[in-house]
Amino acid sequence: MAKILTKNLNLWYGTFQALINVNMAVQEKRITAIIGPSGCGKSTLLRVFNRMNDLIEGVRTKGKVEIDNQNILEGDFSELVQLRKKVGMVFQRPNPFPLSIYENIIFGLKVHHLAKKEEFDRIVERALESVLLWDDLKDKLHSNALRLSLEQRQRLCIARAIAVAPDIVLMDEPCSALDPQSTARIEELMRELKKDYTIIIVTHNMQQAARVSDDTGFMLLGELVEFDNTDKIFTRPQDKRTEDYITGRYG
Amino acid sequence: MERHFDEELKDLRKDLLKMGVMVQEAIFKSIEALKNRNKAQAKDVIASDDKIDEIELTIDEKCIDLIARHQPMAGDLRFLTTSMKINADLERIADLSVDIAQRVLELVDKPILKPLIDIPRLSTIAQNMIRDAIDSFVKKDVELAKKVVLFDPEADKLRNAVQDELINDYMSKDPKTADRAVALLLIARHLERICDHTTNIAEDVIYMVEGKVVKHHPEELR
Repeated sequence: MAKILTKNLNLWYGTFQALINVNMAVQEKRITAIIGPSGCGKSTLLRVFNRMNDLIEGVRTKGKVEIDNQNILEGDFSELVQLRKKVGMVFQRPNPFPLSIYENIIFGLKVHHLAKKEEFDRIVERALESVLLWDDLKDKLHSNALRLSLEQRQRLCIARAIAVAPDIVLMDEPCSALDPQSTARIEELMRELKKDYTIIIVTHNMQQAARVSDDTGFMLLGELVEFDNTDKIFTRPQDKRTEDYITGRYG
Repeated sequence: MERHFDEELKDLRKDLLKMGVMVQEAIFKSIEALKNRNKAQAKDVIASDDKIDEIELTIDEKCIDLIARHQPMAGDLRFLTTSMKINADLERIADLSVDIAQRVLELVDKPILKPLIDIPRLSTIAQNMIRDAIDSFVKKDVELAKKVVLFDPEADKLRNAVQDELINDYMSKDPKTADRAVALLLIARHLERICDHTTNIAEDVIYMVEGKVVKHHPEELR
């Protein structure tokens, strides 16, 4: 069964239509990559999944987005809060809060009242362990998160996202600020995390999509042109537009 | 958008074509040498194999270099991996032509065992198949490639006919003919192997064009 299902999803920013009849089924505990040129709507689509676009004025959507069979586009503020708990997000630039490492991780727990104070230590340890930071940081949990290296900051942001035990983690170009070694390590981490989470990654880096994802969707001008297993998309895509894009002929 | 990469791919295609032509020539000459009992022609086939080996290495190197530098995907990737395989098959075909030429050198100083009928027919099949396989590669012509694949059983049949005739009519009747009969039998075998390598090439062309694997899946040919 699909974890996320979009049905004839359309989205407008004012009069500009950014998503056109997107139908996509994201499978549970897999990594799904969305690729496409700048402005194709891939980040917009990603942001639909936790309703980040709600913040933008003049946004209008039509169609359905179901997570676990529930349409997430309807619903009031309390449902939005629940959605954000279920669907975490990691951004392009690592953006830890200017707080301690420890405070960063328990931030969501506090907001959502998800855990008691005495559980915090255990949750922090587990979250840092799952992003492979625990051994390095266990003795400096109360130092400022902004002192960490870029890669460590991005790992911390992933730890912060998974501390609230979401089902889905959205990643918008999570490695584009990182060097190749850090990128490789974050990709390894993604492979680890997919055992427990459904991951959707938006990336400009096609090699990264090919390396890390199980399924890939190619978007162009607001349309989902092709969606299939990653190996198929990168060796024998069916649509000429996909072929042109991934072989660098598009433009 | 024309890419610089396209120029490099075209260059590679040209090299493969050049190799294809040389290999076709090698088969043709080896069979001519057999028909005409011509030592010089046979030696020529053997001598020109070094050149084919050299081109094989150049093509391989180019493919690896292009993969490393461009990290090709989709159609580009299929073209490059197919080129590497075709390259290897062509080189093997050239080696088999050398094998035929060597058998010819064994035969020319001995009396003629029998008039050649099926072997020249088999060689015509082999030459037509290789011509069509290379054509299908150049023109990305899947139908032509399929034709090549479907023709391969004919080669097997003829090889078997040659074998039966040589064993039953010559070797078992007169053991003194064995050395010449074995040489002819091997030539038929070499030609049939050439057809097998050619079939590989045609199957790879189908994969290159359509992304469809027909190797070991004959039902995909329909």
